[in-house]
Parts: sequence; C-alpha cells; structure tokens
Amino acid sequence: MSRASGTPPPVSGLPADVVDRIDSWVVAAYPHEACGLLIGTRRPDDGGSDVVDAFHARNLNEERPGDRYQLDPVDHFAAEGQARAAGLEVIGVWHSHPDHPAQPSETDRSAAWEGWSYLIMSVTPEGVTETRSWRLRGEAFIEEVIEP
Amino acid sequence: MTQTTVRIPTPLRSFTDGADQVCISGSTVGQVLLALAERYEGIGARLLDDDGALRPFVNLFLGPDDIRRLDGLATPVTDGAVLSIIPAVAGGAA
Repeated sequence: MSRASGTPPPVSGLPADVVDRIDSWVVAAYPHEACGLLIGTRRPDDGGSDVVDAFHARNLNEERPGDRYQLDPVDHFAAEGQARAAGLEVIGVWHSHPDHPAQPSETDRSAAWEGWSYLIMSVTPEGVTETRSWRLRGEAFIEEVIEP
Repeated sequence: MTQTTVRIPTPLRSFTDGADQVCISGSTVGQVLLALAERYEGIGARLLDDDGALRPFVNLFLGPDDIRRLDGLATPVTDGAVLSIIPAVAGGAA
C-alpha cells in the first residue's frame, strides 16, 4: 500500500450523488457486505477513472457474508451491458467492510484485477464512517485520490 | 468460418491493445478461446489453466447464457455469436 515517490497517485472522480446511492445500499446490507460495480470512463495510462454511475449486485457468499463477498456474475454481465449501451465501461468495484477499516484485506488483494478502481466503504451501526479508493499496481494496492 | 465477437473486460484489454471486442474464428467456445490466445500473447493463461480448462475466476457468457450452464468449452457457437468474458469479482474485509 505504498507508491514510488514522484509518481502522482491515481485519481477516482466520484460524484457525491453516486456516493450517496452506494452508501444507502451499504447501510441497508449491514451487517453483511454489499458489493457492486462502478461505471464510467478511464483516465489515460492507468491514471485513474471517473465514475458516472454505480450498479448494485448481489453478494453470493452465503458462508461468510459478514466479511466476504462474491459478486454475482449474472449481475456483472448485466452491468457490462448497461455500461456499453451508455457508451461507458465497467471501471471498478465497490464493496463494504462492516466494522472493519476501508482498507483492502489480503482477500481483496489476492482476488483483485489490475486496471480497476476498488472503492471500499467502512460501515458500522452508525452508518458509513470511511470511504477510500484503491488500485492494484503489480502485487500491491495503492490509494487513489478521491475527487468529487 | 464461424466468426464470434469476443467482448474483452477492462482488466484484460492490456492484452488486446486496448480493444474492447475482437472478432475470432472457431466452432466451439473452446476453439474461440484458443484462437484468441494465439492472436494475443498472455491472455490465454488468464483464461485457461495448464490442462486447458476454464479458470474458476473467469466467467464466459455466450449471448445471455453462462457457458457453465451449457456445454462449457464444448458449447458450439454460431456465426455472429457474442462471447463475453466476465472476470470473477470477490473479496472482503477478512
């Protein structure tokens, strides 16, 4: 979770209305993890992305829904179609960490794909307490700068 | 020759020179994937294991159908078919 000095951090352009929608899904799913996809455009040279919309997907993990998620591939397929129809693309994933920090776990890292933005919301009984965004570079996540 | 449009997800577009879809020949899903792997170096290892089986963290949809609910890699494709590569997405707090 570090980056080479002198390299500008990637940016996630994240409109407030999209954050509000994701937060409502995250709070409704608590104490289970919620998940979905980010739709938008990518910035050049893996420099980040600009989110236009968010898609809520089902969490198929029934054994450990409180600290694991498995995004329904049928929902993912539908999101791809929705993005393509709008002239956009799936540019990342969002999910919640109930009662855990908004930092990627080893489980997150081992399953992550390069080229995507990973938005994580920490949620407690009081609501969403922290929102951070990450991007896999090689074997490690680096943090993205969130811009409204 | 049967032509299939293969839709490439963002994380795999580094293998296809940025293309979001490519046109590939083949009579079955497996043949299409092998032809895709021949054309674009490196993408085959992301999709298939050493035994030629579909990796568990990759989903393939032929039209609207998950090929695991059809005949898997042996599923025949018809001319003009659309094959979508959908990466598995998972993780969690712990």
